[in-house]
Order: sequence, then C-alpha cells, then structure tokens
Amino acid sequence: MTPPAATRLRPLPLAAGIALLAASLLAGLLVGAAGLPAGGVLKALADAVPGVHLHTGLSDVQRSVLFDLRLPRVLLAALVGGMLALAGAGYQGVFRNPLADPYLLGAAAGAGVGATLVIVAVPGDPALAVPVAAFVGAIGGVLLAYALGSVAGRGDGAGTATLVLAGVAVSSFLAAVQTFLQQLRTDELQRVYSWILGGVGAADWRGLGLVVPYAAVSTLVLLPHGRLLDVLAVGEEEASALGVSAVRVRLTVLVAASLATASAVALSGLIGFVGVVVPHVVRRLAGSSYRIVLPLSLLGGAAFLTLVDLLARTVVAPGELPLGVVTAFVGGPFFVAVLRATRGPVRT
Amino acid sequence: MTIALRGLGVELDGRPVLRGVDLDVPAGSWTAVIGPNGAGKSTLLLALLGLRPGRGAVTIGGRDPRALRPRERARLVAYTPQRPQLPDGMTVFDYTLLGRASYIPYLGRESARDRAVAADVLDRLRLTEFAARPLGRLSGGERQRAVLARALAQQAPVLILDEPTTALDIGHQQQVMELVDTLRRDDGLTVVTTIHDLTLAGQYADALILLSGGRVAASGRPADVLTREMIAEHFDARVQVAEGPDGRPILAPERPR
Repeated sequence: MTPPAATRLRPLPLAAGIALLAASLLAGLLVGAAGLPAGGVLKALADAVPGVHLHTGLSDVQRSVLFDLRLPRVLLAALVGGMLALAGAGYQGVFRNPLADPYLLGAAAGAGVGATLVIVAVPGDPALAVPVAAFVGAIGGVLLAYALGSVAGRGDGAGTATLVLAGVAVSSFLAAVQTFLQQLRTDELQRVYSWILGGVGAADWRGLGLVVPYAAVSTLVLLPHGRLLDVLAVGEEEASALGVSAVRVRLTVLVAASLATASAVALSGLIGFVGVVVPHVVRRLAGSSYRIVLPLSLLGGAAFLTLVDLLARTVVAPGELPLGVVTAFVGGPFFVAVLRATRGPVRT
Repeated sequence: MTIALRGLGVELDGRPVLRGVDLDVPAGSWTAVIGPNGAGKSTLLLALLGLRPGRGAVTIGGRDPRALRPRERARLVAYTPQRPQLPDGMTVFDYTLLGRASYIPYLGRESARDRAVAADVLDRLRLTEFAARPLGRLSGGERQRAVLARALAQQAPVLILDEPTTALDIGHQQQVMELVDTLRRDDGLTVVTTIHDLTLAGQYADALILLSGGRVAASGRPADVLTREMIAEHFDARVQVAEGPDGRPILAPERPR
C-alpha cells in the first residue's frame, strides 16, 4: 500500500499565491496619479532586466515616476505586508493563539518606542538608526509580553489567554512610554507622527536596501519551521515527549518573527490587522498546517498590502489614507468574525 | 526494556508530590499505577519520561532519560498524556506522523519510511479509513486510537500511557486495553499506565503499584494489592472483592450504610 502523503503546500495554491502577488504588484505599478501607459511600463520593466533593451516610449519624468516612486513603493508595500503576515502566522504558531499578531503582542509598540527614541534623541537624519532601534524595540516588546504572560499564567509555557492580556498590557505600557518620549520634544512631533501613521509613501531604494536583509533572514528562518510549528500544536510537554525541543523552536520562531515585524514597522510605521487577517484567510482557503500557512501568508500578505496601498492612494486622490486605516477598515469586522468562529463548537 | 526507579522524589512549587518511590518494571511487562486523585500518578509518569526533575535514580534500559537529548528519549519512550491536545483541523495521518518527529532532521521533512511507518500503525489500529479525517471529527474511541497511533509511530520499546481509558464507554475501554495488550505481546513493549478503573487495572496489568500521598502504599500482583482493606484505607471507598478468571480480582462498589 502506498502511504498517504503528509499535508504540505501543493503546487496549485502556491501558483495561485504567486499569481495573485504578481497581479497586485503590476496593478500597483500601473495605477496612480500620474497616468503611465501600460505598454510603456511593461516595456520599461523588461528593459530593466540586464541584457534586454527595448524602446519604452516613456518620457524621463515618466521613467522617474515609475522607478523612483512607484516601484520602490509597491515593493515596500509588498515587503511590509508579507513580513507582517508571516510574523503574525509565526506568533500564532508559537503561542497557539489564533488571535496573536505583532500588534497584540507588543512588538509593534516596542518598535514604536525604539523608533521614537531615535527620532527624538538623534539629531539629523536617523535613517540607519531607526530600523535598528525598531528591531530592538520589537524584540523587547515581545519578550516583555512573554515574560509577563509566563509569570502570570504558570504551567504549559504562557497560557494563551494570559499572553494576549500580557500583550495588551505591554502594548499599552509601551504606547504610554512612546507618547511620553514624543511629548518631550514637541518640535519633532511631526516626524514621529509621520513615522507612526507612516504607510509606504516615503519609500525609496535606500530604505528598502536597509530592511531587505532583515526581511530575507527572517523569511529564510521562518519558512522551514512549518513542520515544527505543527508539532508545537500539541503543546510544549507533548512536543518535548515527541522529541522536539519546544523552547528551541519557540525561541527561533519568536526571534525571526520579531525580526520580520521590525523590518516591516521600521519603514512603514504601525499597521495593524494584516498579521491576523491574512493567515486566517489562508487557513480558511488552503488549510491550517503551518507548512501551508507560512508561505501563503507571506505571498498573501504581500499581495494584500500592495492592493491596500493602491486603495489608500486612489480612493481619496490626490490625498492619501493612512494604510493602517484601510487595513483596520477591512480587518476590524473580520477580527470579530474570527472571534465568533473560534468560540463556536468545533467538535462533532 | 527494564525500568527502574530508586528513591524518586519530586517537588512541585516546594510541595513534595512524590517521596522515596521505588519501582521495577521487567522488560515486556505491564505495570499499572493506581491511587486516589492527587496521589502523584501522572507526576510519576512524567518523572519516568524525564520531563519532571527530581531526586533519585531513574533508568530505562540502564539509561537515565533525564540525561538524554529529547530526540533520543522519544525513540526510547513513547507517551500519551491524560488529556492529549488534539488540534481539531489536523488529519489523523498528520497527527500520527508527529510520532516520527524524533526521526526527522530539525528542518527536514518526513521520509517515505516515516510515512510507511505511520500508515502501517494506522492499519494495525484499524484507522486507515480515517487517515485523511480531521481529529475534530472523530469519536472518543477513535481519538484514543489516534493518540495510541501517534505513540506507536515512535517505535519506542517503552509505552507510557496516562489514563488511556478516560472518557471511554465500557466497550471502548476494553477495546483499548486489549489493543495495548496485543501490541505489548506482539512488539515486546514494556508498558506503564495509570488507570482509575481498578478492576480493569487488575485484569490486564502484571503488577500494580498503589500510590497514596506521594508514597508507594503497596505493590505486587493485582490480588495482593486490590484488597478490601487497601481500598478502604487509601481510597476511602467500600468495595467487594471477588475472584475473577486467573485469580485476578474483580471489584464492585458497595454503598455505605
């Protein structure tokens, strides 16, 4: 008898995810305030591939809009969305809590404190220091929430309910610290707010270059952990009896997910809900194994935020909506639906 | 594979849960740990697994499980908890494959052999038709078999089961006990279980160990441990003890007057 195959990511959903992302990126490049001809954009993209030379028909201004404004912006939106969704999926696996996301657990608020501290304390252009400070803050936020949750909820690691409460407490606390810091230097208020509400409008190649290494490392670490997160689904003690060190898996995924969160929020500010909404949609559509949830969340999150950014800059054009507003507008009602669904009886 | 405990003492939050526990389980035998609620039965099993730190000596086949890496330990001892956590959406096959975790490299994936072992175990436990079914859609008896399947997939010589018959009706209780006994004989497994149903314990186990207040109150053949007096003293219960087949005791509760 041929043994059945284990659950893993099948080619079809993977292809669908890649196609969705490609379509979103293309839409993000084609639609915008300065109308660019679709044919010219496609030719210019092909022309940018080494060894290919095409006459694009784009003016210098149009080329500049495409390569200096839209392309970095679309790529940053994809990177931020992918990282937040991947990190959210990772946190959910580690904490075995379907509602865990970077925002709930204090990583984003921690990153906010770090970034604000640098903006307020370092004169001049702090571009290099902000991602680093945001990263340190994100790790600090998660560890604080985790430590608080572990102390309060004894037993099998941190109890899931206790942990969410700890995350809320830590987030509120860090938000207070962040507010305090920004009030110390009201002349820097504008820069702090523009970082917090951020979005991806200020994207440039230099910023992208700063966070891509962080994002790449965390992605390379997180994606192969799907099988181990599935083992963790039976709890720390059982995982340990099965020969898997839950502590090692947790710590690795936590650090990598915090790195992913930090690389996202460092440039884009605080964008909620992506980390919860995207992994849950993936679970509903493709399956709940982390072998599926992790890679498809990465692709889905990237596509989602690219489209959200497209909405944010076109709905009230020529103005722009903050990205967090649009994700929350979609994510808020969804969050309630998930809460309801996870409360209902599942067993037959 | 023989199991031996010498002077095992375990404390939880500074409170002694087990004190001076000695235990010898011969290879290929079945030992049942009995005792009232809170006697330390589950803790004893976890200490055997090396998952609870404690004083005293623990050896399985001459090795101390506390000194083994999790991976080596999982190939030596398989364990099913009293209340296993069954992720509702996980299929029976994927769940059984979790038992192969100690054979798969850290970032690797399961081999064809791992899948074959899992499929074989499901076949033996008559679960093949459920392989693709999510755990959340199984009945109580099927769930218990799935948990056993995961443990058997570990291919460990020692099987430690915490209350394998909890929440099963009398028919499924017997089915599970028969199954464990068959596996023990066929594969030469050494089995240690905790179990609340004393008659069931007496019917299947080669030896009983009665824990009370964290100490061994009695141990030996079922007929020597399951006496009216012992039950009255340690469980505060009135029972009649009758002699069943092979001289094994059968207990019937008796309403106090």
